[in-house]
Amino acid sequence: MSLWKIAWRSIEQRALASCLTGVSMALGVALVVTVLVIHSVVDRFFRQSSQGYDMIVGATKGGRLQLVLNTVYHLSQPVENLPYTLYKEFLKDGDHPGKYASLVDVAVPVCLGDSYEQFRVVGTTPAMFEVWEPYQKYEFADGRNFKQENFFEGVIGSVVASTSGLKVGDTFQPSHGIEAEGGHKHDAFKVVGILKPTGTPNDRALFINMEGFYLLRGHAKEEEQGEGHGHDAEGKEHEEHGDEHHEHHDEAMHDEASHDDHAGEHEEHADKHEEHAGEHSHEDEHESDHQHAGHDEAEHEHDAQHEHDAEHEHSEHAEADHDHDAHDHSASHEHEHEHGHAHTPLPESQREVTAILVRSSATNLMASMTLRRMINKGNEAQAVLPGAEIAVLLDMIVGNLRLLLLALSVLIVIVAGIGIMVSIYNSMSDRRRDIAVMRSLGARRSTVLSIILLESILLSLGGGAAGWLLGHGLIAAASPWVMAHTGFAMSGWQFSIWEAALLPSLLVLASLVGYLPALAAYRTDVAKALSAAP
Amino acid sequence: MLRLTDVHKSFVEPDGTPLPILDIPHFEVSAAEQMVLVGRSGCGKTTLLHVIAGISRPDRGRVEINGCDIVSLPEAGRDRFRADNLGYVFQTFNLLPGFSALENVLLGMTFARGRADRDRAASLLNRVGLGHRLSHKPAMLSVGEQQRVAVARALANRPKLLLADEPTANVDSRNQQQIVDLIRQTCAEEKVALVLVTHTPEVAAQFSRVERLEEFNQAVAAA
Repeated sequence: MSLWKIAWRSIEQRALASCLTGVSMALGVALVVTVLVIHSVVDRFFRQSSQGYDMIVGATKGGRLQLVLNTVYHLSQPVENLPYTLYKEFLKDGDHPGKYASLVDVAVPVCLGDSYEQFRVVGTTPAMFEVWEPYQKYEFADGRNFKQENFFEGVIGSVVASTSGLKVGDTFQPSHGIEAEGGHKHDAFKVVGILKPTGTPNDRALFINMEGFYLLRGHAKEEEQGEGHGHDAEGKEHEEHGDEHHEHHDEAMHDEASHDDHAGEHEEHADKHEEHAGEHSHEDEHESDHQHAGHDEAEHEHDAQHEHDAEHEHSEHAEADHDHDAHDHSASHEHEHEHGHAHTPLPESQREVTAILVRSSATNLMASMTLRRMINKGNEAQAVLPGAEIAVLLDMIVGNLRLLLLALSVLIVIVAGIGIMVSIYNSMSDRRRDIAVMRSLGARRSTVLSIILLESILLSLGGGAAGWLLGHGLIAAASPWVMAHTGFAMSGWQFSIWEAALLPSLLVLASLVGYLPALAAYRTDVAKALSAAP
Repeated sequence: MLRLTDVHKSFVEPDGTPLPILDIPHFEVSAAEQMVLVGRSGCGKTTLLHVIAGISRPDRGRVEINGCDIVSLPEAGRDRFRADNLGYVFQTFNLLPGFSALENVLLGMTFARGRADRDRAASLLNRVGLGHRLSHKPAMLSVGEQQRVAVARALANRPKLLLADEPTANVDSRNQQQIVDLIRQTCAEEKVALVLVTHTPEVAAQFSRVERLEEFNQAVAAA
């Protein structure tokens, strides 16, 4: 009969006490495992999901971390926007390359601020799902990527699909604002693709064509807001019918509808636009002129600043920049009619982007640094490295939090260990005779010491193993809820490397707490214990 | 086979004065001999058995078993020697309550060789009439059955010497005779020397050699 079995028999004999101490050890270890695994899930989630781009350019207002949380993780409060002209500086194509174009391999704009149910809606370009390889590859479980020319198309992440039940061919209406309630409903976008799970926060987001996003009510820059509304509804209709014959008919109807829209819009922005009330329903040309008049008055500091910025850009890139300008709107309208498009892209002067996801040039080692310095020099935008921001978040905040939680749960394990010690030690007075009998049968002092130590080890490791299973079971049970609410993909089969330390740690703890009662066994006076009355 | 020479053992009283328990100039038991040790309470019978078994160490003197002086052995050596050469039957049986009858017998083998011979343990229990109760825990056995398990356990390692400390004191008179017969019979079969301590005159009367401890323990005589 092995010493293990002898130790196990005495655990069996004190079944209740053994169970209780084992359970307390299990709870402690389950807590440690939960803290470890959740931290490793959070850590992995944050560290891996910024792959593909190394820099985010966003507005200076709001913290750098907030910008990263917003753009990468679809968390936190929305940030301010950037002028569209800044985004154009990242583009290579067109009449002249932007001033940052040579320093970047990829730049993808994102427009944030809308939501659908509990998920964020991201306005972007189809490039979002095409340019990040080999760092991040997007595949479609169903359907395809949205097309640049189809303004009211969108694709959705895997979690959005499974949670909301949206399928390819369904339509959804983004709400303005982040909370599902509170914002007003926008026009519908058609789901043309569902992304395969990526394990990134993008599983929990909806991506819509930025062109469609701009045409949604309230997304044009405020001083020129009248422009987009007619096209807003128009675009939707086009999306659904795609037929010129219908379009013209619809257009006529929507002219009326747009009056109502304007009225509503004016209430929202009454503070700024009181003096222009009622004028927005005029002809495009007229309205455009009026807007310029408004700018000249320079009543709105913010607007004026944008205008100033735009002019500044113009002076730098003197020629061939006319299409960036507000009074080109009527021209683009004509363009639309020539080509038979039913929707008109929002003029660039009215566009904003929330952030630009940038992968700096791989061939130019200084590109990232140069780019950051150039952008951060001005106060219009800031360039942040998501990796660095997240490292700060993880190391300074999450890391310390984990340390605190870990310390607490380790303390609980130690208390459970002390419980085992007390339980075995208390049993020693009843077992002194048993130990003396074993000694009289020829067991050495070291043998009875080992038996007690093994007992402590069995209780600790048994409880620990149960706690390990319990911890992973809890994580598995909670994972659907956590996924739906935070986007952290967890499963019961995710492990932290630190879990490997559990076994040796528990062995050490078991030996320490088992040592005191084992010593009592070691010191048992056999003759005295045998002579004592049973 | 067993020879004690000039064995002294004292306990220390709470006030620090030594209290002599054993002072035995000479005591001897031959191989396979069966003898009874009698004596009044407190004359040192159990202490003598503990000294012979190596559980207690005498203050001085020699305790030779098969030519080996166990007093000179270190404690771990005495433990091992006891496991290999001695069997011990207690008045209160001292079976381990958490272990079955078979496991109690196997336990003794574990400490001797580290390896338990299941077949021998089962056949020993069979011989003491408990072949059908191998997996019973002590609490499920009668006192007579418990003592029979204890006898089987004491013989598990094929000892040279069996020490029985009032083995019949806690059993009724019908079982008393069965236990004595069992011990004497198995010791004879396995050629084991037997030193049996008893207070019961009927038991003592069955042995050809009966020694009174007071007569050869000078510590008691002096007191």
